[in-house]
Amino acid sequence: MTKIADYQGSSAVANVKKALEEAKKNEHYNAILSFCEARALERAAEIDRSNVTGRLAGVPFVAKDNFLTYGTKTTAASHILENFEAPLQATAIERLEAEGAICIGKANLDAFAHGGSTENSAFGPTLNAVDETRVAGGSSGGSAVVTALDIVPFAIGTDTGGSIRQPASFNGVYGVKPTYGTVSRYGVVAMASSTDTIGCFTTNAADAELVMDIMAGRDPHDMTTLPDFFGPEAVKRQQKIGIIREFMTDDVDGEVKERVSEYVSRMKAAGHNVEEVSLPILKYALAIYYIVVPAEISSNLARYDGVRYGRRAQSATLTELYGKSRSEGFVRENKRRIMIGSYVLSSGYFDAYYLQAQKARTLLIQAFNELFDTYDVLVGPVSPTPAFKLGENSSDPVKMYLADVMTVPASLSGMPAISVPAGKTATGLPVGVQLIGQRRSDAALLALAKDLEADA
Amino acid sequence: MTEYEMTIGIECHVQLATRTKLFSPADNDARHKSPNSVVDPVDFGLPGMLPVLNTRAIELAVIAGKAMNAKIANVSRFDRKHYFYPDLPNGYQITQMYHPTILEGAIDVPMENGQSVTVRIHHAHIEMDAGKLSHYGEYSLVDLNRAGTPLIEIVSEPDMHSPQEAKAYAAELHKRMTYAGVTFGDLYHGNMRFDVNISVAPKGATQLGKRAEIKNLNSFRSVERAAEYEFKRQVALLEKGEKIIQETRGWDDAKGKTSSQRSKEDAQDYRYMPDPDIPPIVLTNEQIAELQADMPKLPPYYREKWSSLALDKSVTDSLLAHQSYAVLIANIQDSAGDAIAKRVAHWFASGVATDEETAEVASNFVPEGYIELAKMVDADELSSTAAKEVFNELLTNNKTPREIAEAKNLLQVSDEDAIAAIVDEVLDDPASAKAVSDFRAGNEKVIGFLVGQIMKKSQGKANPALAQKLIRERL
Repeated sequence: MTKIADYQGSSAVANVKKALEEAKKNEHYNAILSFCEARALERAAEIDRSNVTGRLAGVPFVAKDNFLTYGTKTTAASHILENFEAPLQATAIERLEAEGAICIGKANLDAFAHGGSTENSAFGPTLNAVDETRVAGGSSGGSAVVTALDIVPFAIGTDTGGSIRQPASFNGVYGVKPTYGTVSRYGVVAMASSTDTIGCFTTNAADAELVMDIMAGRDPHDMTTLPDFFGPEAVKRQQKIGIIREFMTDDVDGEVKERVSEYVSRMKAAGHNVEEVSLPILKYALAIYYIVVPAEISSNLARYDGVRYGRRAQSATLTELYGKSRSEGFVRENKRRIMIGSYVLSSGYFDAYYLQAQKARTLLIQAFNELFDTYDVLVGPVSPTPAFKLGENSSDPVKMYLADVMTVPASLSGMPAISVPAGKTATGLPVGVQLIGQRRSDAALLALAKDLEADA
Repeated sequence: MTEYEMTIGIECHVQLATRTKLFSPADNDARHKSPNSVVDPVDFGLPGMLPVLNTRAIELAVIAGKAMNAKIANVSRFDRKHYFYPDLPNGYQITQMYHPTILEGAIDVPMENGQSVTVRIHHAHIEMDAGKLSHYGEYSLVDLNRAGTPLIEIVSEPDMHSPQEAKAYAAELHKRMTYAGVTFGDLYHGNMRFDVNISVAPKGATQLGKRAEIKNLNSFRSVERAAEYEFKRQVALLEKGEKIIQETRGWDDAKGKTSSQRSKEDAQDYRYMPDPDIPPIVLTNEQIAELQADMPKLPPYYREKWSSLALDKSVTDSLLAHQSYAVLIANIQDSAGDAIAKRVAHWFASGVATDEETAEVASNFVPEGYIELAKMVDADELSSTAAKEVFNELLTNNKTPREIAEAKNLLQVSDEDAIAAIVDEVLDDPASAKAVSDFRAGNEKVIGFLVGQIMKKSQGKANPALAQKLIRERL
């Protein structure tokens, strides 16, 4: 697979043209919703002319279509923003561009990032890069697939409950969900503000390190950003690693467990101490997640009302304007989450659901913190299964939610978690292993992954 | 006949005098701006926008709290209040439902009759204002200039029991907030708006009646009139044996009436939720003390300070109506003593228009000129009438009172020889002959006529006391 370094030193225009060509050749995957071809070529020509020396000078990338970008629309894969053109760019995009990176297009996602298969996109699902009958995963399915297909050396996405890690695992690429607050959320269509994170897809750990280093840091536009702590680190020897028992039960696909166990063997061979750890509270993580996150979704999606921008339905009254615009503009899963969120926030239920879930969330964080007093890293699968068949889960929302069971804990606790390719099943489906660390240990996780990658 | 008592609690929205909005860098001054011209993408509710808290708003809120003797929370939070309306771009208002910054407090409110009533403050929360809708028959237009303006909502306890108390509370709150620099306090532009909650029950009843909330009153007088009207309306209903329903009512200032807007049954579920985009506001006791230490003096300070001047309440009130006057008089009191301060205080109280239209006639707040003017009066260099004339000039220019008096030829002549010459002239005048003989016959009153003649001849400049003395010597 291609690396960022493969694009450096060659003409930016040639890089962009090649990426666009590859993208168009692979259009049937439906990984890219729109191109910003004119702007990309203009920027590439400018970079070639001026010999820009940024760390990503002339390197093409793709952004999930919930990042506000110039040069094309920002749809969040929804009808309500189908024709929305952003008047400004997300901080993450600005930082990448400042280093000379060139956005060539926008990747498909589950509408408003609600989902784990990209089947909830208003513009059709993205196909898995390895097996076209299977889902790309989601919600950042398009970003994972363009990276896996070598269209671009990296792509960026958002991870609220697994939306980077799971598609990375399904397509056999690296996926980074950083510590909450590492990268500014400014200019990224909000899903659940308290767990939304911005991360990347790459084909190797070193590239992930570079992209995260560029995107990370305090942004005056986002009060929840942390002071810049991210910087590439050397791997620590003889780490204490905990393999999470609750993630290795009989419910988990056998081959997935095998690949994880093999990765654990490599950890041991590299001199790390791996022990089994238990985190019983994990059984509540999904319940907590599917209360807190829909609550925030119902709030964050209230602005899409057809009044100022986006789809506006023909209507005779104000109430009808709201009702029809939102009814036409959101997909089923958006509406389901808005309904759940509105319910758990409503008077009389707030204490029983939302507050209770937040209390349980605090307990979950405490349990993680206690483990991290002893362990450097926790390890387990990313997803209980490899990529499932298109349509297999799409009629059963609960089954779909259950697939998030291993990714939501790190989201709720704000901890960094990365998805690392760990081989394939017998039928050739990629399997990812998940490394979870204490807050701000992002660089240490990548250093560990990089070290083990060299051993492979 | 049953005697009824009213119970009033007031919610007051105060626009904070920040340069930018509560969560965006847009200009917070929407006056005289064309619609939607001071709107940032954050105020517009664009996708991906995040609130960035204006720390000045927090400082002003702390100061506002301290101006009401309130406790300030060391940790407070923002929450989202959800409802759909075109003037609310995000579909939620950011407010403080669960953990407000300003906690319980109390203020003493001076009444017209010289007594005072204590009104407790339940809490005050910081929140953003919404935009404005204008309706044009077939369509409506949205102006978001005001969207995101920082407000504090001060919630009183139901401690008022008359329209006069309600009005006095509103006025005192306005004074304290403007003195503290929390708000520009421009009532006409809605810088302070009052929601008056009023209920009526038989006197001595242990349970309060159902309350009506009169929304959006923007003058002290309308607070008083609305409370008067509501009391009569509710008493009339109770007398007829009818029930009072809990509802929101509007006030029509021209008609002097309230009318129903919506009842409790229509109340929305706002689905309050802590705002995950804004970290908690943490204020240490040191930070709070520092802000408090830098606060300007408030009306109670001046009332106390002026007690030694023995001013009428009306004089005190006209001075307090303008912070600049209050500061000036206090300065004069410090540097020149009570007597001179009192003289200047009276000039300001009677000489300067106190209505809003012409309030800012004074631009000169340098104490020295006023002190010198008062001293000139004490030294008989100016008559009180002439002093008033000099004062009026002094208000707006930077000449010395002596320069003004000289330019206007107002200085009293106290040179005995000069006045003596005029006195002789008047006494010798045949027109004065009758008065002279009357005086000699023992009619003391006519001396006034003679002094008047001397003043006329001297064009008002003769020192009248000296003139009288010289007349007496001669007759």
